[in-house]
Amino acid sequence: MESDSSLTHEISTSVSEPEASLEELVAYLRQKRSALREQWASRISEAQLLRVMSQEEIFSEVTAVYDNYVDALETGSIETLQAYARDLSDRIIPRGVETHEVLGIVLLLRDVLARELFVRYESDPGQLNRVLDIYEPAANRVAVTVGVSFVEQRERIIREQQAAIRELSTPVLRVRDRLLILPIIGGLDSQRARQLTQQLLRAIREARAKVVVIDITGVGIIDLTVANHLVQTVEAARLMGARAIITGLSSEVAQTLVDLGVDLSMMQTVGDLQGGLEEAERLLGYTVLRVEDAPPMTDQ
Amino acid sequence: MGEEQVRLDVASDGDIVPARARGRALADELGFSRTDATLVATAISEIARNIVVHAGRGEIELRPAYDPDRRGLVVIARDQGPGIRDVDAALREGFGTKGGLGLGLPGVRRIMDDFAIESAPNQGTTVTMRMWRDLRELNGTGQ
Amino acid sequence: MSVAILKQGDHLIASIQSALRDHEVLELRDELADRVGRLRARGIVIDVTALDVIDSFVARSLRTIALTAKLRGAETVIVGIQPEVAVAMVQFKLNLEPLHTALDLEEGLELLNDLTAQVRQRHG
Repeated sequence: MESDSSLTHEISTSVSEPEASLEELVAYLRQKRSALREQWASRISEAQLLRVMSQEEIFSEVTAVYDNYVDALETGSIETLQAYARDLSDRIIPRGVETHEVLGIVLLLRDVLARELFVRYESDPGQLNRVLDIYEPAANRVAVTVGVSFVEQRERIIREQQAAIRELSTPVLRVRDRLLILPIIGGLDSQRARQLTQQLLRAIREARAKVVVIDITGVGIIDLTVANHLVQTVEAARLMGARAIITGLSSEVAQTLVDLGVDLSMMQTVGDLQGGLEEAERLLGYTVLRVEDAPPMTDQ
Repeated sequence: MGEEQVRLDVASDGDIVPARARGRALADELGFSRTDATLVATAISEIARNIVVHAGRGEIELRPAYDPDRRGLVVIARDQGPGIRDVDAALREGFGTKGGLGLGLPGVRRIMDDFAIESAPNQGTTVTMRMWRDLRELNGTGQ
Repeated sequence: MSVAILKQGDHLIASIQSALRDHEVLELRDELADRVGRLRARGIVIDVTALDVIDSFVARSLRTIALTAKLRGAETVIVGIQPEVAVAMVQFKLNLEPLHTALDLEEGLELLNDLTAQVRQRHG
């Protein structure tokens, strides 16, 4: 499993007194690859980082990162490492690896290598200083690259997921025959409200819905804009032949909206989702009689 | 069909449906959503009928509008009819004279992003209106 | 004519086939008023699925049809309003009150049966 490409370097470096140059440093790190890599892997386990990954997986990633890390030190070019870090991030983010773990393992490697250098140049503080002058800026740059790549990938994935939640998955749920629920979660701007309205109306058509329950419990702030959207959605649904029930609108908020001039008279509101569903089922069950639409009975 | 200016004669109720169909086609080309394209078509239907009912004949011009960061659609309706005596009243909700006016014009003004009306007695009326594709906001129902 | 009018039981079904010119809308209005009277229909379903625009003129004509029919004892249900058309109507504040609406023809006929059953219950 261990391909040891460091053998060639071993010959040229281990003979004489170490010389404080980047080439020498890189050659040395390659020479000590096996030992340092294992040390790093065990420090990762001790620190309980990457616990979602198996020892084999950690070891394999550690090997790749180590080699890329040393290459980046050598060439000063971070592109390969960056690409690897992005790729690695894509693989580990879905498994729940957190930002602090990634930063933790990169800093651990920096630590492992620095300690190794301390031991090696113990007897010559002058050399040690020169080596650290070379090592530290490069190592910092590498750490920042890996950390930033991870965070950027994470943000990208979050953005993609948000877009997917908004657009791909229809938030309109079909509870039972002819009954839909639209649970609105999160803030509503005009753009999103329009999108939700369109989705709901198309779903009404597809599901041949008679009743829709729009649950706004999860909407943070119900302002004038949001309220007007709701009223318009309810009216548009009615034009298509479906009754809309709004749930999750507190009586205080409803009163505020009425005070602001929003016409809620067309809107049927029920306190909570459960109550809204019961009302919806009642409507579906009683459609034949339509009790609330019928005029008072006169022939008693 | 290219994205260019179109002029359509409006002289009878038979010209209303083709005019709004052209408007919808242009909105589609410019990438408007189906809902916005329907709003544009409905607005054109209203102002075209306005021409037929109040002026007898006139024309509707449709063209794209370009801004550095957005695209839009411009509709201009012109006639040499009697003009609208009280423009403010014509734009007031619920003001109705004959035919299509009253409900139509205030609705058109509400749904378009820009709306301007020029009218002089016995010289005619020009309505210029525009809907932008981006930055579009749904109009509230409150007022 | 771009509208097919059928009689089914107590009901008339007016199925609009394509966008209508204004005078065709008026013809439809008059035709329905005439047939409701002659055929003693109890209900009318108007299917507007084919309309991609419902402007103030059409909306007002539909209301007139319904009010006229009501005077002759018939209920009117509008079916098939498209989602985009529904949104546009709301934004233009084109209110169809007191018209009934239903999703499609089948629903419309069912609703008419309910409505006319109520009327019978009340009077019988």
